[in-house]
Amino acid sequence: MDIIVCVKKIPDPEIPPAKFKLDMESKRVIPPEGIPPVINPYDEQAVELALRLKDKYGGKITVLTIDNDADTSIIKHALAMGADEGIVLADKAFEGSDSFSISHILSQAIQKVGNYDLVLCGRQAADWDEGLVGAIIAENLSLPLVTLAEAADVVDGKLKVKRVTLDGYQIFAVPSPAVVTVSNEVGQPRLPSGWGIISASRKQVPVLNAGDIDADPSQIGAKAARRSLVKLFIPVREKKCEIIDGETTAEASVKLAERLRKAGVI
Amino acid sequence: MSDKKEVLICGEVKGEKIITITKELMTTGRKLCIDLDQPLSFLLIGQNIQEAANEAILLGADKVYTAEGASWVESLPEHYVSIIVDICNQTGSSIILFSQTDMGRDIASRLAARLGAGVCLDCIELAIDPDTKSLLQTKPVYGGNAMAVWASTNNKPQVITMRPRTAAQAEPDTSRKGEIVPVALDVNNSMIKGKLLETLQEDVKGIRLEEAKVIVTGGGGIGGKEGFQLIKELAQILGGAVGISRVPCDEGWMPAGHEIGQTGHMVSPDLYIAVGISGAPQHLAGCSGSKCIIAINKDPEAHIFKEADFGIVGDYREALPVLIEKFKDLLA
Repeated sequence: MDIIVCVKKIPDPEIPPAKFKLDMESKRVIPPEGIPPVINPYDEQAVELALRLKDKYGGKITVLTIDNDADTSIIKHALAMGADEGIVLADKAFEGSDSFSISHILSQAIQKVGNYDLVLCGRQAADWDEGLVGAIIAENLSLPLVTLAEAADVVDGKLKVKRVTLDGYQIFAVPSPAVVTVSNEVGQPRLPSGWGIISASRKQVPVLNAGDIDADPSQIGAKAARRSLVKLFIPVREKKCEIIDGETTAEASVKLAERLRKAGVI
Repeated sequence: MSDKKEVLICGEVKGEKIITITKELMTTGRKLCIDLDQPLSFLLIGQNIQEAANEAILLGADKVYTAEGASWVESLPEHYVSIIVDICNQTGSSIILFSQTDMGRDIASRLAARLGAGVCLDCIELAIDPDTKSLLQTKPVYGGNAMAVWASTNNKPQVITMRPRTAAQAEPDTSRKGEIVPVALDVNNSMIKGKLLETLQEDVKGIRLEEAKVIVTGGGGIGGKEGFQLIKELAQILGGAVGISRVPCDEGWMPAGHEIGQTGHMVSPDLYIAVGISGAPQHLAGCSGSKCIIAINKDPEAHIFKEADFGIVGDYREALPVLIEKFKDLLA
């Protein structure tokens, strides 16, 4: 089974909130100093799901990313995990693209790759938390879509996908090729092996531009965006926590219970 | 297409009643309709929805479209998308509102793609710019570390999902009148790709998280399955429900259906006890609407203490047994 996985490089979402800074003037997030960007965790889980399918059925995994600095670091990470090939899409014309433009660029690249049975995307990117690209790619390519997957398998030549819901799950069967967005319930992605890292470092990662993938100039970049960012700000939370002290944790706990009773909370 | 545009709410029912989250959407929808001087329409898809359609009118809908068909949990999402695309094209919707539920999360983006519409998921506030009449959409980004305000720039419809608990529920007004318009389902089944094989709704034991007055939530600091025994006991004494954050969910210590946060349930109980939770914005996204938050954590620097009303710095293994006994006494 041949799988294409779309991945994105983002600022590390695990940084402590105190380190999160932005420039309100330019409406941009300032990358935290000394903390390198990472592959979007949900995309890393999409790579993991692809690898589980490859472990079972064989085939080739191709990883795509859009990065205008043509940085290959997260592609190399996916290759080190076990993906076979990677492509970076880079062009000045991509700058300022919204989710629809990003989806157009990725859809064009997917068609350029050509042979695939499945396209995987993370459920959302942990920077802008949009959760749109996978669904729009499916619409662009007229492919069936299953969102928020925690597992996928092949049964009778069809993809069987388990979708996470708030209080359970649903199982869908869809013909391939299909697009599936991957949720965190997939679990921990595998760590790259030593051999994986060596073999990834030897692999060439081609960089393609708008022309290479026949991107429609009217559908990419800031001018195509369907909305504009008016304001970006850090919400102010003015809560004062009353720390309940005690000689021991047990003593503090007794005091807390009494304090809650007094405050009418219980 | 009619000349007059309208705001469309895609409502959800459970057991023939409109769910609380949809009632919140009615409040948001009515406000937009006043600012835009447009009517409020309401779409219901399901079975035995007549009573809910009447209820929607009392809650603020001017027009209710009813499509008799399988309920969401028994349907292919594709089916719903086709129905909603048809209605939007026929009626000229300006804004299409969903809640950020299983349905909204799944449908909104593909609907927008098919309509050529703008889209924004998980908004917490909507407003109409008085000058440009464009829709201003406030949405948490970077896991809740920041808020973004987007403005629609094209004249196309805008598809929105609203985060639960961001508006008060609309109250019924028995004097309200409205129109119910049954919609024929003319979905060409050959267009539908795929099949729903199975739906499981786990019987969440005890109280549903969204309705719980008290929630006791365990995080990564609990350290494993065993620790949740104390969490459950504390929840039980207080008549509450058990929640978990991302770590116990991903590690499989508790069923994923208990997850609270950006990727799970959004709750706002009277009392929220966060045990062994660091307080990542992604988790707080799901519980910051709680009336009173209590944090129990070994690490005095944990971010959760910045969000809590009361805190204990200490080991939960020492704190919880004492709290359980003390609450037993106090509530006896």
